[in-house]
Order: sequence, then structure tokens, then C-alpha cells
Amino acid sequence: MPTTPSQTVGPFFAIELPYGDGPYVVAEGTAGAVWLRGRVLDGDGAPVPDALVESWQADPGGRFGGDFRGFGRSGTDDEGRWAILTLKPGPVPAGSDAAAQAPHGGLDEQARATLVAQPSADGYELDIHLQGPHETTFFAV
Amino acid sequence: MTDTARRASGLVLPTFRPDPDGTHPPLDYPGYKSTALRHPKRPLVPLPHGLTETTAPVFGEDRVTEADADLTQGHAEEPQGQRIIVYGQVLEDDRRPVPNTLVEVWQANAGGRYRHDGDQHPAPLDPNFSGGGRCLTDAEGRFRFITIQPGAYPWGNHHNAWRPAHIHFSVFGRAFVQRLVTQMYFPGDPLFFQDPIFNSVPDAAARERMICRFDLEQTVPEWALAYQFDIVLRGADATPMEDDH
Repeated sequence: MPTTPSQTVGPFFAIELPYGDGPYVVAEGTAGAVWLRGRVLDGDGAPVPDALVESWQADPGGRFGGDFRGFGRSGTDDEGRWAILTLKPGPVPAGSDAAAQAPHGGLDEQARATLVAQPSADGYELDIHLQGPHETTFFAV
Repeated sequence: MTDTARRASGLVLPTFRPDPDGTHPPLDYPGYKSTALRHPKRPLVPLPHGLTETTAPVFGEDRVTEADADLTQGHAEEPQGQRIIVYGQVLEDDRRPVPNTLVEVWQANAGGRYRHDGDQHPAPLDPNFSGGGRCLTDAEGRFRFITIQPGAYPWGNHHNAWRPAHIHFSVFGRAFVQRLVTQMYFPGDPLFFQDPIFNSVPDAAARERMICRFDLEQTVPEWALAYQFDIVLRGADATPMEDDH
């Protein structure tokens, strides 16, 4: 049967989707927890205040499922800022060492650089540029 | 990852079928103004489906209560508006149901107003309606919400622009590549023709799949009308394609 089309999340998802512990993949105080922070910016470099950022990842052992929820969700504020508290994922098993956790291996250096979070005071930072000279590399899945 | 690599690793990962062309809106749609500065201009990079793409979060029963599926409850009184039941099934394209997956909804009130600071148009807020709900699908992928018929509302996209009445849906599925955010519309809405969001879906038949079906059988006499809305996600080949001949 044919699939259902997607539609914009719209500007008003904030009435429901950012549930209380959305940004907390792990609880505050969890050993090894890091804050992933960044901004979402449009083609003019202006903040996107109504973006929804979701994350999905393996646990530090490279596994999915189990007690580790692995899912985070953050809205953005007026400055386009989002934040997710999580644990650094381990390498995910794949077909070969080269493929393990490196789907970005086929990217050129500039494209890959847009995906690499930089260390910060309490974790890592990654700005998401929807467009422009620093445009983030997006994947077709 | 190549199929050979999949076998070498001992992993058997499904590969999810792409949606047919015309099913989803283009990332850049001039009629919907805010896409202009918000769409990537560089081509998307194809990503094979590994473990990260073929798994999805599991939300436990502890996070979702039965009351979360009734948007008319939880306030001092019942909300204004026509009470409706919205029910359906989350399926894959081969009709396989998607059980135990999180379905979230959000919507405007009967007057077309959202409980959000960004919506300041002169329609009243309803103190008895927040507009958000959620539930987990059952073993057959079924969900059922009780809510009120949302109103149409004006927005600033173009002169005299009005959104047709709709309910926003978010669905996870069993794999992250099935993640779907969409909107459910109502049959016979006179506002479809001028709505760039509805019309951003290129395929006319696909647009029809966002319109729910009035279902007299499921109405509750003296109490509520009912609409059916099935959500179909891309499915996977049961086993990965292998060229081991």
C-alpha cells in the first residue's frame, strides 16, 4: 500500500512535543554524561527559533535497546539554541572496521567537518546550518 | 555497507524501501515561504541503512498513560467544540502492523487557536483545551484518540491565507528511517485549494492519503463523531538483498 506523505512540523509543535525530560537522554548527574549543544541557523545565518532537534544513538558499548533510551529531543530557543544531555556512543558494529561508525568516510573533508562536534566546557558543540557556506551535510536515508 | 560486508559481519539488517517519487514535499517549496532559507542546497548524501537507521526508540508504558489519548479530559470542564474520535492503524507498506509505537498529536482548538505564544490571532483560547495527546499503538498497530474538531486558522504566508482544519501527527515506527511527521485533514475541506502546505505534496493521490475518512460505524450515538486515519510507513525487505550466487 502507498505510504503517507510527510508535512511540516509547523511552528506550534511546542505545545506538545518537547516533553519534560526530552533533552535528557540520561539523567543529570549520570557518570560520563555530556551536553551536546548547538544552534540551528538558516541561510542568512539567523537563528531558527522553532526547530525541533531529535537525536538517536547507541550506548557507550555500541548497543541499541536495553535500559539506555538513546533518544533525545530538544526545541530551540529564540537564539536557535538546543541542548541534549547524553553519553558518548561507542562504535556501532557494521560490516567492517572501515564501515563501523564511519558512514561519513566517503565524504570530502569539508562535508565531513560540518558533522564533527567540537569539545566544549561541558561536552560538545555542533551548529546545524540549514543552508549557506557552512551548510551541514544532510543524508538521504 | 555492502551486502557482502553485511554478511561478513554476521548482521542481517533490513533495507527500507524508498517512498515513491511525489510522496513527500520538496525541501524547497516556494509557496511555503519559510522553506526558502531553511532547505539544504547541497545534494543529500545517500546513507546505507546500518544499525542506527534500522532501530528506533522504545517508549515504555510508564511514559504514556491511557488518559494521554483523551484530549477532552484533564481540565476543569470539557472543551468547546464538536467531540470526535480519531482512530486508525500504523502499518508498513506491506500491511504489516507497527505495534507499540509512539503516536503523538497536537492541534488547534475549536476556534482555530493554538495554545502557543506564537499564535496571537484574535480567536479565543479555551481554558479547557491544551491540544496535545499521545498513545502507544496496540499489538495490531491501532491507536484511538478522543478530541474535538479543530478549527481553520489564518496565517501570514500570503494574503488571506488559511490553513484547512488539521491534526498534526508524529509517528516513530520500528526504525528511525520510518520517522514520520505529518498532518491529518478532514474530508471536503473548502480550503485545500489555497493551502501551500497541503499542496506541497506533488502527487495528488498522495495528498488524498492525508485526508481521514468519516466512519459512521465508529461514531458513538449521542456523544461523538468518528474519523479513520491509517498511517502507512515505508516497509523493509524481509532479508537484505544478497548477490551470493
